[in-house]
Amino acid sequence: MFNVEHIRKDFPILNRQVNGKPLVYLDNAATSQTPKQVIDVIVDYYSNYNANIHRGVHRLSQEATDAYEQARIKIQKHFNAKFSHEIIFTAGTTHSINLVANGFSSLLKKGDEIIVSALEHHSNIVPWQMLCERTGATLKVIPMNLEGELIMSEYDKLLSKNTKLVFVNHISNALGTINPIEYIIEKAHAVGAAVLVDGAQSCPHIKPDVQALDVDFYVTSAHKMCGPTGQGMLYGKEEWLKKLPPYQGGGEMIAEVTFEKTTYADLPHKFEAGTPNICGGIAFGAAIDYINAIGFDAIAKYEHELLDYATEKLSEIEGLKIYGTSKHKTSVISFNLDGIHPYDVGTILDKLGIAVRTGHHCAQPVMDFYKIPGTVRASFAFYNTKEEIDTLVNGVKKAKMMLS
Amino acid sequence: MAIQDIQNEIIDEFSMFEDWEERYQYMIDLGKTLPLIETKYKTDDNLIKGCQSKVWVHAEMKDNAVIFTADSDAIITKGIIAILIRTFSNQHPKDILDANTDFIDEIGLKEHLSPTRANGLVSMIKQLKMYAIAYQTQLS
Repeated sequence: MFNVEHIRKDFPILNRQVNGKPLVYLDNAATSQTPKQVIDVIVDYYSNYNANIHRGVHRLSQEATDAYEQARIKIQKHFNAKFSHEIIFTAGTTHSINLVANGFSSLLKKGDEIIVSALEHHSNIVPWQMLCERTGATLKVIPMNLEGELIMSEYDKLLSKNTKLVFVNHISNALGTINPIEYIIEKAHAVGAAVLVDGAQSCPHIKPDVQALDVDFYVTSAHKMCGPTGQGMLYGKEEWLKKLPPYQGGGEMIAEVTFEKTTYADLPHKFEAGTPNICGGIAFGAAIDYINAIGFDAIAKYEHELLDYATEKLSEIEGLKIYGTSKHKTSVISFNLDGIHPYDVGTILDKLGIAVRTGHHCAQPVMDFYKIPGTVRASFAFYNTKEEIDTLVNGVKKAKMMLS
Repeated sequence: MAIQDIQNEIIDEFSMFEDWEERYQYMIDLGKTLPLIETKYKTDDNLIKGCQSKVWVHAEMKDNAVIFTADSDAIITKGIIAILIRTFSNQHPKDILDANTDFIDEIGLKEHLSPTRANGLVSMIKQLKMYAIAYQTQLS
């Protein structure tokens, strides 16, 4: 049974005060908070079995290696990957994307085309632009409509035999739109293109099944789903991961080294050069356990209630405009008050203890589309409450009063 | 009036406020009264990119004093600009170079001058000083 008051007790940070007011944390799309179950795992690691992994024959190294590889299996099961070696531990979504983009440098040539969407985060635009510069491939963009949805008929037109890669986020970080990735993947595969889905925003809300989706690459960050920062993962189909060259050279990723030639380690180690974020990987596994214990169905249902409630209450404020009004969206509300800069609204809300994000949300093309400098973005997690939304709504009203 | 005296005057004014709301309301009102930069000076050359809020600054020299005009697209940023302009404008370049912004801490607005705030104010202060250096060179 989903009980938000019970859940809130798991998050120590929710007890703190900001500017003398109880913290209302509504910046979950930027980073989620960490439950004590995950914090305990981090403390336990450094208190009891901190050691470098793999190769070590001593007890601590064995324990750390076991815990790290167990975490990989947890992640494999969570995303329903076929093999655990299809899960590569990375420093986060951006790192994962760069790893794939770099790998494709040797597989693309002039005349090849890459498709991205108009809804992308900068981290899913810049690496592909760099890839195009390196290879002579061209970048095409799936346009969006006013509701903040990608226009699929335009996507169909962009696809051709020249399309080699399609990159799209599962859920837009700026607007919360859930993109039709099933359709995008199917159509891309029909022309022989590979698809990378950026799941940074989806993984706290949805449990993706990479085999059912038949997606080639799926990437995410632990800190968006109650885990630590500096930790993420790349799922890649085995055939693709075998095809891509290593990203970085170093320890862990080699089988044999002589000055004449080095042979690389098998998957997943081929892509995991150097000592990894061992504790981060283990804590990532703990975060996945934590969220699964609550259950994604219960989370989705509750967050949807929060979204509906917040949309209704915020819409009652005169002069408030919501950006991203797709029927298919997660608990993110991007908005502006008429004639008032989002930065000013965010500043007043902060004085009231309310954490929201303001600005372009690393998605300048989305802001350019709406011809605005940015938005105020409130993003809700399963530990937020309707009372907190009331506090937000009153805060926005106060900001409006002070600023107009 | 000397920069230090103006800053003391501002500290006095802010000491009358009882809470953040009064301080911010005052700053917002100041932002509304800031003499706007002439449109012809609101150019990309005069723009300080602050990531979140934009700031424009124009400077000219008149009777050995630097006159600054400025604007921002965010009103709280503009209010702080108004305070900064009040202290730094119409001053001799050397006095501008010698002055600091410690008074901002005393009036409880320190957070707005944090380099991580991305509102363009830190860069703006640097810019004011750069103008002062340039005009100082002209004078000597």
